[in-house]
Amino acid sequence: MSDVRQVIIIGSGPAGLTSAIYTARANLNPLVIEGEPSSTSDQPGGQLMLTTEVENFPGFPEGIMGPELMLNFRSQAQRFGAEFLTEKATRVDFSSRPFKVWIRDDEYQADSIIVSTGARSLMLGLEAESRLLGHGLSTCATCDGFFFRGQEIAVVGGGDSAVEEATFLTKFASKVHLIHRRESLRASKIMQERALKNPKIEPMWHTVVDDLLGTDKLEGAVVRNLQTGAVATLAVTGLFVAIGHRPNTDLFTGVLDTDENGYLVTRPGSSYTNIPGVFACGDVQDHTYRQAITAAGSGCMAAIDTERWLEANVH
Amino acid sequence: MAEGIVTLTEQTFDEVVNAASTPVLVDFWAEWCGPCKAIAPTLVELAKEQAGKLTVAKLNVDDHPGLAMRFGVQSIPTLLIFKDGELRKTMIGAKPKGALLQELSEFLPASH
Repeated sequence: MSDVRQVIIIGSGPAGLTSAIYTARANLNPLVIEGEPSSTSDQPGGQLMLTTEVENFPGFPEGIMGPELMLNFRSQAQRFGAEFLTEKATRVDFSSRPFKVWIRDDEYQADSIIVSTGARSLMLGLEAESRLLGHGLSTCATCDGFFFRGQEIAVVGGGDSAVEEATFLTKFASKVHLIHRRESLRASKIMQERALKNPKIEPMWHTVVDDLLGTDKLEGAVVRNLQTGAVATLAVTGLFVAIGHRPNTDLFTGVLDTDENGYLVTRPGSSYTNIPGVFACGDVQDHTYRQAITAAGSGCMAAIDTERWLEANVH
Repeated sequence: MAEGIVTLTEQTFDEVVNAASTPVLVDFWAEWCGPCKAIAPTLVELAKEQAGKLTVAKLNVDDHPGLAMRFGVQSIPTLLIFKDGELRKTMIGAKPKGALLQELSEFLPASH
């Protein structure tokens, strides 16, 4: 039996760490279950751990590296007494108070919970993926771009991450095909312009990836034009996938309400979930904005909601 | 060399890997790789805890791209395990400590 804490925060991206800063400063002694190292966006620090320069986070006029920004968030939370477990929560029980969270067999209890588990990158869902991951197929341009110096590669996707990755990869690659199933990009205008002006980036509109070629390493991608149906083989040695995200809600299936897209539902204008005392913030409950700054803002809301709820219901 | 991580270079790589009396875990990493930084503390712990049973070494791919190419490393972090100078296992991507230990278990003598 463990002590009952005032608040446990599950997840450690901008939302979770902001809620940690605020709840720590409110003397709620938060425990942050920050996740485990991984080469996907589902890791301590969240999606920004896989990015390079963050240019739109206010307060950094020259920009800041994503991992460095998250390290700063973490140090700031630690400075005010937030405690961290570098593990993944494996099970929760929110059916009665105190709420329970498990890491394998270890049980932790708290009067309130802040859920900030974020979202993870989607894969293409092709059979060849597991065989070629790390052998030409990558989900982390910043980790792997270096190995494709002078080579012809492709990025799949049309959002901010895809366009950022394509631009970043031109530092190494001789040519970057930007494969997108629509005709226009969803990425912000400034990033689109930068990418489309880059002579090394060649957009391929209305195109999807049907298969990956190569046994030990990637030798090409089979692409199909959705309008003409034409199938072609693109001789690329690297393929970077950035086709969107799925919220990390597996822990809460059947417990917390989700919307039709699988995101946690919060009461509009707040961080309240369907269970009193359980709050949600960041990308796990937001498929509209999905920015570091909005995640941080909602983390602050969750901390204030938690503090007020604890005052009214627990003390 | 009982404790701590050995820094490998193009010049020392073969010598260290071939001469080691224990299995050698080589971490291919770089300064700009977030997940590499995330697993660095775990590797320091492993080196300490498995001292005498496992040699933990690291290789900076920025400084020694030739070795990365030689072993077909295209993604970092990549962890290679050598035993008696032979490459025995390749692990790609950052993993938590428990998972690493599991992958390593066949190369480590049973505890007790």
